[in-house]
Amino acid sequence: MFNEPHPLEVKIITKRFGLPNSASIDTYLANDGYKAFLKAVEMTPEDIINELKTSNLRGRGGAGFPTGMKWGFIPRDNPKPKYVVVNADESEPGTCKDRLLMENDPHQLIEGCLIAGRTIGAKRGYIYIRGEYRYLIDIMDKALAEAYAHGWLGQNIKGTGIDFDLYTHSGAGAYECGEESALLESLEGKRGVPRIRPPFPAVSGLYASPTVLNNVETFSSVPAILLMGGQAYADIGTPKNGGTRMLCVSGHVNRPGVYEVPLGFPMMTMINEVCGGMRNGKKLKGVIPGGSSSPVLRAEECDFPMDYDNYAARKTMAGSAGMMVMDEDTDIVKVALRTMRFYAHESCGWCIPCREGTTWLRKMLTRIDEGAGRRADIDLIHELSKNMLGRTFCPLGDAAAMPTIAFVEKFRDEFEARLRETAVPVTSPDQLIAIS
Amino acid sequence: MAITYSPALEAKLQEIWARYPEGRKRSAIIPMLIYAQDEVGSVTPELVEDLARRCEITPLQVEEVVGYYSMLHKEKWGKHHVQICTNIACLLMGGEELWHHATKRLGIGHRQVTADGLISLEEVECAGACAWAPCVVDGYEYHHHVTVEKLDQLLDSIQRVQ
Repeated sequence: MFNEPHPLEVKIITKRFGLPNSASIDTYLANDGYKAFLKAVEMTPEDIINELKTSNLRGRGGAGFPTGMKWGFIPRDNPKPKYVVVNADESEPGTCKDRLLMENDPHQLIEGCLIAGRTIGAKRGYIYIRGEYRYLIDIMDKALAEAYAHGWLGQNIKGTGIDFDLYTHSGAGAYECGEESALLESLEGKRGVPRIRPPFPAVSGLYASPTVLNNVETFSSVPAILLMGGQAYADIGTPKNGGTRMLCVSGHVNRPGVYEVPLGFPMMTMINEVCGGMRNGKKLKGVIPGGSSSPVLRAEECDFPMDYDNYAARKTMAGSAGMMVMDEDTDIVKVALRTMRFYAHESCGWCIPCREGTTWLRKMLTRIDEGAGRRADIDLIHELSKNMLGRTFCPLGDAAAMPTIAFVEKFRDEFEARLRETAVPVTSPDQLIAIS
Repeated sequence: MAITYSPALEAKLQEIWARYPEGRKRSAIIPMLIYAQDEVGSVTPELVEDLARRCEITPLQVEEVVGYYSMLHKEKWGKHHVQICTNIACLLMGGEELWHHATKRLGIGHRQVTADGLISLEEVECAGACAWAPCVVDGYEYHHHVTVEKLDQLLDSIQRVQ
């Protein structure tokens, strides 16, 4: 299933992927496995945090928050138990990288958690994996059992006096649970609705205790950083954007796949060389660069080095690195509608601007897609989206509004063309009546 | 009415229960529900009652969760629950055609079951296979780069086994 590697890749966290039995602890131990943890035991928590700060590692889940800083926020003198939580709820459309990290190198993730536990003084951690990934839960459970059997988890790990228990936790189908505070609610056995912040999870997370919560890829990067040194890792990327990232490229390219490249890798090189160019010799229309929440880029905006700051300069975001490439034949109205159907389905209903906003946007986009739209609808979609921004507990409302604003602003002609086309048959599920 | 599980599931439920600290057993409810649902076939009132007791919460608190998560269901699904992704990456690669083909071939729609109880269909949101789109998930088994022909082969194989 995993695509062929490309010579332009820089393999830091995927370096063991091609090895025989790469998921087994024997392969891991034979290839630097658990050495970073032993190194971390010799270091003070401050040293580990400083090493991460030097590395310029930024959260790989979507927000891009500096990891060292996040770990530094944990009040280590707080008498409450502390927790390590892994966000493996990968469900941002366009993203399929955490899957590969858990499938091909589960021990790297376990070691990253172990180091986090050692740093903040946590004795327990949970890996929250989306329910659809049952086969990965099985792989992780097997890897955890191996780690216990070899003494890398449990009591007094390898005579260091450190105790750490790590478990998987299955989700049950909710995009919202990829948002950190909703994930914690879900982990506590409740509906996945977001919490107001502050307090942030670092102070009051799982069971109202200090919690380090990061994406799979973030934790998986930590062992390599400690082994190679923060500075060496930072040098791979661009200033303030350390290291490598797994980019998930999908859509109309010849070799879609997941590739590990340094931050600051040029997007057009990614499309034209690593992914083998556009499929069927078509022209590029646009790219959704960082998962469905990120505003679309038109073809002429796509020539830039991909690091967090350069995405931001183009008023979009690096997000979860799910790059969806669209060729000239792509129907942007359909893409905008499908995006909104997703958010309307996944809105948890907690905040009214999001619950109602996504539903109304879906209805209006459906109307335009079916040729029944009114001219005023285009501006109404734009205005409604703008009114959703910043008015919800969690970023789902923004995540629905931002791409919609960009679709309308950058491809307005396509929306207008739909107003004139009227002979479209009704096929949308919104117009079908479910009988059950 | 008491409910009994297979020894394997009973062991799994106890293992899940043990993962959470004392006084925090509510955390176990979602994993327990999803593993138990796989065996029981759906979330039944007996299941709700039993898991509420194990997790030290009320049946209503279990119902809240069941109503929220899209993988938890009170209706019986088909022996094979076929999920077709039509989210953006799959849409670009033909996921919608697969969905329309499956609904026409089986004569059922979203979250419906064939009359023989063999297959249920669901149009799902992103399943995390974007680079290998379009994808179809049969139960928990992923199929990548699916075409109409491959989908037909999958449905044929399900229907033939019966």
